[in-house]
Amino acid sequence: MDPTAKYISQKISRTRWRPVPAGLLQQPEVFAAGSWDNESNRVSIWSLGDDDSDTDGEFDEEPRLLCDSEHDGDVTDLQFLDGDRLVSASSSGAVAILKLQPDCQALSLAHVWERAHRYSCDNAPCTAVVCRSPELVSVGEDGRVILYKADQTEVVRVIENADSSTIHAVTFLRTTEVLTVNSIGQLKMWDFRQQSDSPAQILSLTGDRVPLHCVDKHPNQQHIVATGGQDGMLCIWDVRQGNTPFSLIEAHSAEMWEVHFHPSNPNHLFTCSEDGSLLHWETTSGSDMSTLLQRGWNSRVVSHSGVPLAGEDDSVVSSWLAGDSSKNRLEATHMLPSQTLSVNSLDVLEQCLVCGTDGEAVYVHRQLPNFSI
Amino acid sequence: MEEVDVEPSPMVIADLNSFIYRHLGFEWGPGDLLVYETNYKLSAGSPLVHVVRKDEDICSPILRKLFNESHLIFVGLQKIKEDVPSKNKKSQFVSISKNYRSVIRACMEELQQNADGSLASQYGDQVSILLAIELIWNLCEVLFIDAAPAGSLLLHLLDWVRLHKSDVDARAREVLQSESPAQHQSYWDVVISLVLQGRMDEARQVLSKQASLRAESSSVFKRMDVLLQTMPIFNPTGTQTLTEFDVKWRHWHEECDRCLQDNTFASNRHLETIVKILVGDEDTILEQKELLSTWYHFLVTRLLFTHPTIKPPDLHYYAQSSMNMFLGPRAPPEPLDIILLSAFEFDLHQVIKDCSIALNNWWFVAHLTDLLDHCKLLQSHNLHFGSNLREFLVLEYASGLFTHHSLWQLAVDYFDHCPEFGRVYLELQIERIPLDTERKAIKVLRICEDRQMSEQVRSICKIMAKRALRNNRLGSALSWSIRAKDAAFATLISERFLQDYCNKGSFTDLDLLDNLGPAMLLSDRLTFLGKYREFHRLYGENRFSEAAKLLLSLMTAKIAPRGLWMTLLTDALPLLEQKEVKTRTTHALHSHFTVVKKLDEDIESTKTELLRLALARNLAMAIVKEGTIET
Repeated sequence: MDPTAKYISQKISRTRWRPVPAGLLQQPEVFAAGSWDNESNRVSIWSLGDDDSDTDGEFDEEPRLLCDSEHDGDVTDLQFLDGDRLVSASSSGAVAILKLQPDCQALSLAHVWERAHRYSCDNAPCTAVVCRSPELVSVGEDGRVILYKADQTEVVRVIENADSSTIHAVTFLRTTEVLTVNSIGQLKMWDFRQQSDSPAQILSLTGDRVPLHCVDKHPNQQHIVATGGQDGMLCIWDVRQGNTPFSLIEAHSAEMWEVHFHPSNPNHLFTCSEDGSLLHWETTSGSDMSTLLQRGWNSRVVSHSGVPLAGEDDSVVSSWLAGDSSKNRLEATHMLPSQTLSVNSLDVLEQCLVCGTDGEAVYVHRQLPNFSI
Repeated sequence: MEEVDVEPSPMVIADLNSFIYRHLGFEWGPGDLLVYETNYKLSAGSPLVHVVRKDEDICSPILRKLFNESHLIFVGLQKIKEDVPSKNKKSQFVSISKNYRSVIRACMEELQQNADGSLASQYGDQVSILLAIELIWNLCEVLFIDAAPAGSLLLHLLDWVRLHKSDVDARAREVLQSESPAQHQSYWDVVISLVLQGRMDEARQVLSKQASLRAESSSVFKRMDVLLQTMPIFNPTGTQTLTEFDVKWRHWHEECDRCLQDNTFASNRHLETIVKILVGDEDTILEQKELLSTWYHFLVTRLLFTHPTIKPPDLHYYAQSSMNMFLGPRAPPEPLDIILLSAFEFDLHQVIKDCSIALNNWWFVAHLTDLLDHCKLLQSHNLHFGSNLREFLVLEYASGLFTHHSLWQLAVDYFDHCPEFGRVYLELQIERIPLDTERKAIKVLRICEDRQMSEQVRSICKIMAKRALRNNRLGSALSWSIRAKDAAFATLISERFLQDYCNKGSFTDLDLLDNLGPAMLLSDRLTFLGKYREFHRLYGENRFSEAAKLLLSLMTAKIAPRGLWMTLLTDALPLLEQKEVKTRTTHALHSHFTVVKKLDEDIESTKTELLRLALARNLAMAIVKEGTIET
């Protein structure tokens, strides 16, 4: 089924699903979109309309705008803190918490940390923000890592000069540990329990220092991390072990902007890139060739190297790390119908996928094909 | 395209009223006009500079969707391959033309829905312009792209008129849904409108409401019904040839004429009017001006009832005369009318020229001309400035897009498809995009790298590296110079590092220096920096002989900058105290020391003394050690 496209007259830098309350078997219906490169940028909230269970996927409803709010500077990142609070990162260096009214009628600014990221004589864009309620971590072009608490006006901790180059993305590994990626191709682990301002661990690819743009952690296994970089390579790392990634896959022909493991079904991975494509990666273990052919294999696997960890039980080893490439396959499918301008962002929750492009269009898949939970 | 046919009309710029009594200077920009005051007398306050934007549409949020969606269609059109047989291509082109038109319609609908309050008049204007554009596009599609032959030509023209005169449906519905349709005041207007548009079945359906009432004149209505029913319509997919159709039509026409002469319908003046229309009486049709509302409707109706097998080349005789008859001697034709007339005369260039003048941005002419060019309908019309018409218009459109803070990304694709000048335009414009964030710079660089514009890559990377350096982000600066493969800048950055080291006594940004990898080889100075840092590391790990060897190799390879040799030798001092240094090394160090001493006369004497002493002691130790035989 083709995704629904909606042109929203602004280039989209981030799209995020609003989290559905746990326990309810609902599909997400509301998403937030942030714009960039406009004279006045906005954060907007959209709804997909009622999910009528009688009509069986027939409706082709376009998303409609519920509310929006002006945003100072480009929206460089957007994350939902919880059901009604949204954190936005700005190119002016500010990090803001926006509150969504209960009936989604208005979006207002709850709190802003102005110039959290800055140079001595200039503004430094904040490049990414990640939350694990009530804590937030932001990173920016000034190489700082900043820890905040959602209800406190003052910043909790700043790691000055954490990096001599721009930090592009950050993710929580454990409650007190974060992982950042920077523009000289390094992954750095930071432990907030430690007093010192140096990273607990540094990992990088040997060879060319290709800037890394995105990172995401496996939802169940905290030591597995996927990164994407300027050359479009998707790397799967095991942070406990060594300095080399487990798998290197030639995913895209240009910068990869976002990589996401599916939160409830981590055998599925989604990547989007400057080259205008959105790929859905699925690792299947032990299925035979015939089922793969039936489902329309359309993949570009390069290498699936690495030795399985010694002493580990087979059932525990994630299919992303298993070395035997004859047993575990990776298949990739294109999610967008044709080549578009750069796909800047994607988000996936349950069976729904939303992504935004530089062609000012938002694409929504309400039922991911070939997807089973 | 050389001269303008009409006098340009003066345009008042709204906010510049205060300029009335002052002198103005101006300067053209790519999409804007810079206007400034020039006073003879210096009055208090500073002179103002205004930026006047020619094209308002580009800022309208709803029209932005038009630009984005049409961009997608444009790119798809360019990808159609040359080797597909022409019949298939024609249908592809027609469908692309329909895509463009549906995008225009979607935009119109949205503008109409949102036209309330302050935006009402602005949106209203935009809607009427879009309506006109769609009308012209549709006509061009019918006449040029679809290029229907005689017979189907009229059918397509009828469709065209029906599409653009939609109020008939609404009125018909209103009449039919009323309690007694036959008594409705618009009843006969509806019937006649339907007849004028050639919609005979629907006209009969409405007419039947009348017939059921009046039993005594039912035979007259039945007669009319028969006439309407038997009107021949050309079927392009059928087996009937045009001549056969023509013969049939003439029979029918004679039948209608006979009814008129026999005064069959004299009892009812409305039916009399209808039969006169069916016969093709121009005066009667002209009397229905209100219902026709436009001269092109009149033209098509006239042709329907007098000349249904019209051939394309003959259209323009009828077009010109219809316009004159409809508008009358005193009303001058509007620009839209002139454009449509040129279309009927199959004068493509005139159509494009007049549209370019009448509209305020190049969107319409650029896309239409591009499509027509793909259909191979434009002869190569060489302009004075070298490129052909299509390329000129697309370049103008794309240049206008480029001035927009957001839509510049679309313009890149348009430039790509202008083979002669597109690349040059892109090279000039892409460097002028303001780069506020690294992400935007990365996107611009990707565009340049994909097209092998190495000059622009270098210059953009240099801008970003310089900015990073100013903000003391040495790692970022280095990664930008690596991307541009800019050895000179890498050298500059390494100098900065070394300077910092000399000032502070330790290295900053160790995470970068320890992990330079192959990038180290970009410039000599950078290699030195990396190796020097490695030396420090080796020393810190107590691996003295390796450290010494490294230091020596740095000096021998002459990649160490001269100014730092003294520092290097001083670093060697503690090493000389260690036991593992070999004679060879010491001798080599000593020779370097003498070189340095010769070059730089005013080195501190204490330092030189210390060094000399250390070298001598080390040499002694080494000789003894090497001379001793372990027993």
